[in-house]
Amino acid sequence: MATLWFWIVAVMLAAYVVLDGFDLGAGILFPFVARTEEERHQVISAIGPVWDGNEVWLLAGGGTLFFAFPLVYASAFSGFYMPLMIVLWLLVLRGLAVELRAHFADPIWRSFFGGLFFFASAMLAIFFGAALANVIRGVPLGADNYFFLALWTNWRTGPNPGILDWYTVIGGVVALLALALHGALYLIVKSEGELRRRARKAAGLLWPLVTLATVLAIPATVVARPDSLQNYHGHPAAFLAPVIVAMSLVSMIVLLRKGSEVGAFLSSSAYLIAMLCGAAVGLYPVLLPSTNPAMGSMTIANSIVGPHSLRVGLVWWTIGTMLALMYFSIVYWLFRGKVSQYSDTYGH
Amino acid sequence: MDALTLHRLQFSFTVTFHYLFPQLTMGLALLLVVLKTMALRTNDERYDEAARFWAKIFAVNFLLGVVTGIPMEFQFGTNWSEFSRRTGGVIGQPLAMEGVFSFFLESSFLGLFLFGEKRLSRLAHWGAGFMVFLGSWISGFFIIVTDAWMQHPVAYELMPNGTYQVSSFWGLMTNPWALRQYAHNMCGAVVTGAFVMSSVGALYLLQKRDVDFGRIFVRVGVIAAVVASITMIFPTGDMQGKFVADNQPTAMAGMEGLFHSQKGAPIVLMGQPDIEAQKIDNPIAVNKVLSFLIYGTSAAEVQGLDSYPKDQWPTTLPLLFYAYHIMAGLGTYFAGLMGLAVFLLWRGKLYSSRWMLWPILLSFPLPYIANTAGWMTAEIGRQPWLVYNLIRTAGSDSATVGAGTTLFSLLGFMGMYTVLAILWVLLVYNIIESGPKPAATAAAQPQVHA
Ligand code: HDD
Ligand code: HEM
Ligand code: HEM
Repeated sequence: MATLWFWIVAVMLAAYVVLDGFDLGAGILFPFVARTEEERHQVISAIGPVWDGNEVWLLAGGGTLFFAFPLVYASAFSGFYMPLMIVLWLLVLRGLAVELRAHFADPIWRSFFGGLFFFASAMLAIFFGAALANVIRGVPLGADNYFFLALWTNWRTGPNPGILDWYTVIGGVVALLALALHGALYLIVKSEGELRRRARKAAGLLWPLVTLATVLAIPATVVARPDSLQNYHGHPAAFLAPVIVAMSLVSMIVLLRKGSEVGAFLSSSAYLIAMLCGAAVGLYPVLLPSTNPAMGSMTIANSIVGPHSLRVGLVWWTIGTMLALMYFSIVYWLFRGKVSQYSDTYGH
Repeated sequence: MDALTLHRLQFSFTVTFHYLFPQLTMGLALLLVVLKTMALRTNDERYDEAARFWAKIFAVNFLLGVVTGIPMEFQFGTNWSEFSRRTGGVIGQPLAMEGVFSFFLESSFLGLFLFGEKRLSRLAHWGAGFMVFLGSWISGFFIIVTDAWMQHPVAYELMPNGTYQVSSFWGLMTNPWALRQYAHNMCGAVVTGAFVMSSVGALYLLQKRDVDFGRIFVRVGVIAAVVASITMIFPTGDMQGKFVADNQPTAMAGMEGLFHSQKGAPIVLMGQPDIEAQKIDNPIAVNKVLSFLIYGTSAAEVQGLDSYPKDQWPTTLPLLFYAYHIMAGLGTYFAGLMGLAVFLLWRGKLYSSRWMLWPILLSFPLPYIANTAGWMTAEIGRQPWLVYNLIRTAGSDSATVGAGTTLFSLLGFMGMYTVLAILWVLLVYNIIESGPKPAATAAAQPQVHA
């Protein structure tokens, strides 16, 4: 049961990264690919009807973590206090920027919110990447299972790391590049004309960078946390994750060249999911590794909630996600195709 | 200031600010369904246009509700980690369900409702509006279940490691406190929505512009407001009061400023609690009414604060007393004002009674004050407990987050929310100033996007 909930939380967070990832990516590329007001409007319209729903996966995933593993939620959220506050503020700013940019026609107003959109999206991507790297590397758990992490210490991993060290910075860069690429592929699907041409160009530039960063990230992870290979030794099936990462990187560029835009976007989604699964496989059954030699890690077994909750939870979680998938299908179906076909209705 | 105080300040500041938006959106969601239903039934295009106008105001408030709601979801872990660790086995349940059942519903269908009118049939568009309404009201329910468990814990087991687990899911969902609180609170949201709608209507009538719409807003707003205002007092407020008296007697004594137990206790309409002297200064009181309101007989004995040890008294007593009196005082005013307005409406005189339209115009901030005061009553009355009679507030905050760090984030929230408040005023003013547009010109305004 605890294993099941580990994977439920992982799947919800992966859904968040794939879905909100393209919103963030669109924001990162915003100043580079959209030059005219018409193009900027296309970018915003491409994510306008869906970004809030996408973001809910983060809330629901976080809520599910709280529900299934309250101990981990309590320890991690208080330990990562400062970066989480910054993430919260960035989420506030991103939401405002997407929705408010078009409210007034004034060019100053629009430049400001356009710039904010870029800034908040890029910073969020970096923070999310660094956050995942922090969880993989581990935290200095204290005797009561709480911990305090400084924003930075000496930039080294080891028993007393900071939020930012060489490894988590790599994590942030990988996320920034991968989500920018993901956003570019989404915009190619959704847009036309010059915007689409520039998005293709951006994707062409980003692809080698993402590939390079991915190749670097794997040995870096092994250095930062040698344990992460353990699960791979016992279970050859686990190697599926890196294999899919490699395959989806290749298919991304091949499909893009062939003109299969949707295929390229789906490959990028597969890439993100496989990367996250690879990380989750490396962690399991640990949820929060300890860098403190005197303290064991927080595992699914020592932080899972009581059996009654889990049984009931399985029922409502299944019903709830089925409903959510249904709503998402309706929304994505109604707003399918190129933006220009519905952007006239995106406005109130 | 110590870390605990700062955690409390940050949480109460952010949740109070957050609740400014949902109270309007939950109320307006219902009124939007009313407007869309009238449009379907009468085939009158003006109702559709009225709904489009209010959807714009809804969208701005929804956005602010969303961006201020996200920090709430995180703060249980960031600021109240010890509380989350111990009670996550219970309150994690409704909080996760809120995300899965209502936020997905709301966010998906709001997109359809706002941007999909041309792609959906009229009935389907009504349906999208209904789903938004459903989503926001379900959201309110799960949040209330969470809060109600803190006010009146039920259906739990204490584990050997000091954590609490749900022992009965249905017991948690049907917590009698939650059902009463939900009824009262949702009426409060309708009061806010209805007052705001009638206030904008009154503005248009007084300005003699968009008069057709002004009449619709005033009519729909005033009727909804009178129904909601009366149910605020009876039965929902009355029920809540009796339940608080039975289950949180310390909170009730503090709310009423009753220092000494007595038979035939008076109700204090106005006064200033003096904690040292344990009395109310300058009281305006009516004898025996409190006993009657709580127990139905004027002779009954009501327990005062002196029946309880001082370490169980609500910690910020005067504020509790004032918050409660502000809520109840405004509630009485709302029922009176809207009762009179509906009477004039029935006699066909409301739209031309400028002396009546003025107070309707000016009253829109008051429901916000009443709702905030109501929450302050509930939350301060619960002190010094975080979970009534189980877990004290002191010691439930995050031990690893120091006072300096918390002050930093509190100041950050204050700065950011000040900006949000300014933006809110600007945007809502702009929408009201532009006014509802007849269908033809609305379509010819492509530069006004989302
Ligand atoms: C427009 C808003 C509004 C108005 C006019 C009233 N209330 Fe209220 N009241 C609320 C909005 C509210 C609220 C915000 O919805 C609260 C806070 C928590 C809750 O469940 O509801 C609340 C709580 C609340 C409580 C519970 C306090 C606690 O939990 O300790 C009581 C006893 C009352 N109310 C009683 C009344 C009475 C007797 C009213 C009429 C005269 C009244 N309220 C008007
Ligand atoms: C699910 C809903 C809510 C939950 C779970 C909740 C929980 C809490 C918590 C954890 C605290 C901090 C500890 C404390 O000082 O008691 C608190 C305090 C407070 N909350 Fe709530 N709250 C909820 C809703 C609200 C709302 C909607 C408002 C106001 C509009 C509100 C107003 C306050 C205030 C004013 C305090 C400070 C009380 C004091 O410090 O004495 N709460 N609440
Ligand atoms: C501690 C308390 C609270 C938490 C953790 C919380 C959490 C949240 C979150 C995360 C959102 C954004 C959802 C999205 O992205 O779509 C939100 C919005 C919302 N919240 Fe809260 N909330 C709290 C208090 C309340 C209260 C007391 C109510 C009402 C009774 C309420 C009603 C709503 C509604 C209706 C929305 C939808 C957005 C809107 O209409 O503004 N919330 N809340």
